[in-house]
Amino acid sequence: MTKNLRVKSSEYIDETNRISFKFNGKTYHGFKGDTLASALLANDVHLVGRSFKYHRPRGIMTSGSEEPNAIVQINPGTNRTEPNVRATEIEIYEGLEASSQNCWPSVEFDIGGINNFLSPFFPAGFYYKTFMWPASFWEKYEFFIRHSAGLGKSPTSSDPDIYDHRNVHCDVLVVGAGISGILAAKNAAKNNFKTLLVDEKNELGGSTIFENNEFNKIENKSPSEWLKKEIDELKSIRNLEIKTRTTVAAYHQYNYLLARENLTDHLETKDKTNKIRQQLLKIRAKKVILATGALERPLIFNNNDRPGIMLSSAIKKYSEFYGVACGSKNVFFTNNDSAYESALSLYNKGINVEAIIDIREQSESKIVKKVNEAGIKIYWSHSVVNTAGYKRLNSISVMKLSNDGTSVTGNKISISCDCLGVAGGWTPAVHLYTQSGSKLKFDEEKKVFLPNQNTSEQISVGSCSGDFKIDEIIKNLNQKLKDTLNIKLTDLDNIKVEVDQENSKRNIWLLPSDKPVGKTKPFVDYQNDATAKDIKLALREGFRSIEHVKRYTTTGMGTDQGKLGNMHALGIIADTAGVKMGELGTTTFRPPYTPLTFGTIVGRNVGKFFDIFRRTPMNDWHVENNAEFENVGQWKRAWYYPINGESMHQAVQRESKAARESAGILDASTLGKIDIQGSDASEFLNRVYTNAWSKLAVGKCRYGLMLNEDGMVYDDGVTTRLGENHYIMTTTTGGAANVLGKLEDYLQTEWPELDVYLTSVTDHYATASLCGPNSKKILKKIIPGLDLSDENFPHMSFKGANIENIQCRIMRISFTGEHSYEINVQASYGKDLWEKCMEAGKEFNITPYGTETMHLLRAEKGFIIVGQDTDGTMTPIDLQMDWIVSKKKYDFIGKRSLYRSDTMREDRKQLVGLLTDDPNTVLEEGAQIVSELDQSPVEMLGHVTSSYFSPNLNKSIALAVIKSGKDMMGKKLFVPMENKNINVTVSNPVFYDEKNQRLNA
Amino acid sequence: MFLINCPYCGERDQQEFKAGGEAHIKRPKQPTELSDDEWAEYLFMRKNIKGVQFERWNHAHGCRKWFNMVRDTSNDEIKATYKMGEKPPAQ
Ligand SMILES: [Zn+2]
Repeated sequence: MTKNLRVKSSEYIDETNRISFKFNGKTYHGFKGDTLASALLANDVHLVGRSFKYHRPRGIMTSGSEEPNAIVQINPGTNRTEPNVRATEIEIYEGLEASSQNCWPSVEFDIGGINNFLSPFFPAGFYYKTFMWPASFWEKYEFFIRHSAGLGKSPTSSDPDIYDHRNVHCDVLVVGAGISGILAAKNAAKNNFKTLLVDEKNELGGSTIFENNEFNKIENKSPSEWLKKEIDELKSIRNLEIKTRTTVAAYHQYNYLLARENLTDHLETKDKTNKIRQQLLKIRAKKVILATGALERPLIFNNNDRPGIMLSSAIKKYSEFYGVACGSKNVFFTNNDSAYESALSLYNKGINVEAIIDIREQSESKIVKKVNEAGIKIYWSHSVVNTAGYKRLNSISVMKLSNDGTSVTGNKISISCDCLGVAGGWTPAVHLYTQSGSKLKFDEEKKVFLPNQNTSEQISVGSCSGDFKIDEIIKNLNQKLKDTLNIKLTDLDNIKVEVDQENSKRNIWLLPSDKPVGKTKPFVDYQNDATAKDIKLALREGFRSIEHVKRYTTTGMGTDQGKLGNMHALGIIADTAGVKMGELGTTTFRPPYTPLTFGTIVGRNVGKFFDIFRRTPMNDWHVENNAEFENVGQWKRAWYYPINGESMHQAVQRESKAARESAGILDASTLGKIDIQGSDASEFLNRVYTNAWSKLAVGKCRYGLMLNEDGMVYDDGVTTRLGENHYIMTTTTGGAANVLGKLEDYLQTEWPELDVYLTSVTDHYATASLCGPNSKKILKKIIPGLDLSDENFPHMSFKGANIENIQCRIMRISFTGEHSYEINVQASYGKDLWEKCMEAGKEFNITPYGTETMHLLRAEKGFIIVGQDTDGTMTPIDLQMDWIVSKKKYDFIGKRSLYRSDTMREDRKQLVGLLTDDPNTVLEEGAQIVSELDQSPVEMLGHVTSSYFSPNLNKSIALAVIKSGKDMMGKKLFVPMENKNINVTVSNPVFYDEKNQRLNA
Repeated sequence: MFLINCPYCGERDQQEFKAGGEAHIKRPKQPTELSDDEWAEYLFMRKNIKGVQFERWNHAHGCRKWFNMVRDTSNDEIKATYKMGEKPPAQ
């Protein structure tokens, strides 16, 4: 049985457009324009959730993004479900379903509610203290805790929506479209500043748009009427872009702001498809005007969290903006005049206001007089000491406050009510301001933190800068606009404002009760269930820093970041510890201001766009021939080509044998290629490689090893001299970009005098590597005119040639130890080249092989792979590659480091071969190597870096790095595995064709 | 996210750039004549100042040029950028 609490037709609610929605399985009705919260309140539903720790029933507290309690799961069980949505922000649409979070089995009957009665056992630091107990306790409670705790459920299927990112540049960004923001944006745009105005709500105007204080006038009109006219005028202003439903989530340095624009969340499900749901705006603004307003503070008193207890300003908004009464018997509890406006709003609509409890001694303002005249009882110098009603407030107890405000006296008065509006004054919303790095100052008189030291081109205007009266707001705004925009005239210069507003306030952070604090529940952080008692306990236990108290009590650590209660937490700490609030500082407000969906954060970078991958020109052929692929850097490389259901092992064994017995072909297009030109190119190579380059003849190739300045191997590859001043360098596939970056760095910063130009040409060439004893015959078929004799075209040399009329570069170089050719053509001919080789090689059973076989073949030859057999701690000497380090060259990158005491140690890890005693046992790469089995702990001598079963040698082979390995030839060692110990013998790392006879076979 | 003034391209977003550590550390001309300690000083030792620091930056996703920056590491204020080889502006 629900009541209808609609009080009048509001201009923001379309009563002709009736909407049905479900909450916790029950169908309700609301109207277009309602939020879920306003629609529930219109149906007299306050109970919307359970608190995190004690599972106390909680109701809607606010009307905006600061809401701590009314967080719900939207459309549960669907792929569009979303947890932690604030009911005060989501606009209802036909078919919307929402359910309470944090309660099990249901919001009405909640098992966790028992925690409420056990609360003496849940003090501050409960989690830290409890779970230090035996681990077995945790398991016992896990089932219970998992069901009863947690904030909502994440969707289990993929998100059907589209998200986007957009870069936005503007002269002036105005955040917040209340009265200050609107006037600021209007004047900026009119003065030819490209202006963007954003607001999290769907309507412009902030709280002034429903301002009902009849004693305030702008140009003889009510502020709301006047502001509506201003808003109408915005439409015709050039240079002004307005984005509603747009929340600035983060304000970074250099006026870089991130905002989330909500485009479809308010639409019916059928209208959401194929549209961008949310857009992340990456805004770079020359100037930022923060007009983020202020948040009303609650009051902290015993049992201040029952459903039906709300912010006074929220009650006013529900009444004026949504046309909803939050209760039928209303009471307000206040320390300032704001509550009187809310009371009058209800009174004027004929809704019962029982009383106002005011902790001040008196107020002389006109609005208070008006409330008095209306016959509403005001209890001056009184405080609420307790409340009653489990799932809905039904009464409050009131007592007289002592003069110093620390205790209560006299009789306890009980007032029956179903809604209590609390008004504790206003806190400027300085979250974004502090995110930008700017500094706050505490205003002892107003009891608020205010902007003080700006670090970027920014101003704060309106109530977020501490101006709460309309006349102050307009006057200060006008001056700030002139200063920051450097303009002389604004349309605010001659505005007539009349205000009768009292700012008097009596600030008591923690209101006393007739019970001692230890026996009360004055909630400071509703979402995380932190009470004033917890904060005091933390201080008693020795915590002093606000950041520590926050973590220990979890105050301010919920999804709302404690927007309501942070100031009270600080105030209570300051009062208890006897320090000034200004000295205490604040906790850090971190982005995002309100939570962002993962979808918004990642934008379009999902699925195949999550990480870009690169494919070679031959890729289609590999796919058509059932290649399995492996990721190398961003490249998709053919890994092996299984035939007839072969396993990887079977395929690799077949490919490896074929390459040595007849012919193999590898797609080597991914190798990095850097074109090097300039009159100092040879000198440059001398400096970046360990070996000498000056004497390399044109048309010859040479293998080079590149070190870091610390002497460790960085990259390797073959470089070919194409002309007197022209080389082409190849790098490892994964290292290409970094090598280019490093070479550019040296060229630009250390050796700017060298005449050398570097160009990345990796993507410009496709490379097919033909190898095996029949490779020569195959190449001869493809290019009949080319003299392939060893005299004319020996190993480590280069020829330019044409395949038909396509130019190609052919290097006779080998990474397998076989007679091989690398044929490079313009990338677009890559697949043609490959197919030609396959066609020509048919009679020789040419076998395409992938990276796995390439690795195996080179391991048979003991060739290293940088990044597999090296890990940034291996010098060329460690790798037994002394032969490639020039003794004659005066200097090269890393040379000096090869003579450091550490790099010259004899007991460094060195690259060796390993043979298993059982030739069929293949070691695991990464396996540890020891010399003793019955010792514990045992010294780890090194590890296996590469390991394969060699079909050509018919035994297991491995490369490893072992301390003093060079001196261990023939030594027996052990590789202990989980279930067995493997006996191994240290060997020469070259397992196959040690004399390199096959290169010329 | 910084807004960095590349001396060759103008103001660009930080994501186009790569930081390259402390600036004005010259690679010794004759490394082989240095003691281990002297070489280690060049190779490993960096100041990591809290306050005004001279840094190398690379416009990696732009003109690929290296340049220098004067940045206050305590508040990330970029005081100046200038080309390699140029003298740092007076502070
Ligand atoms: Zn640039």
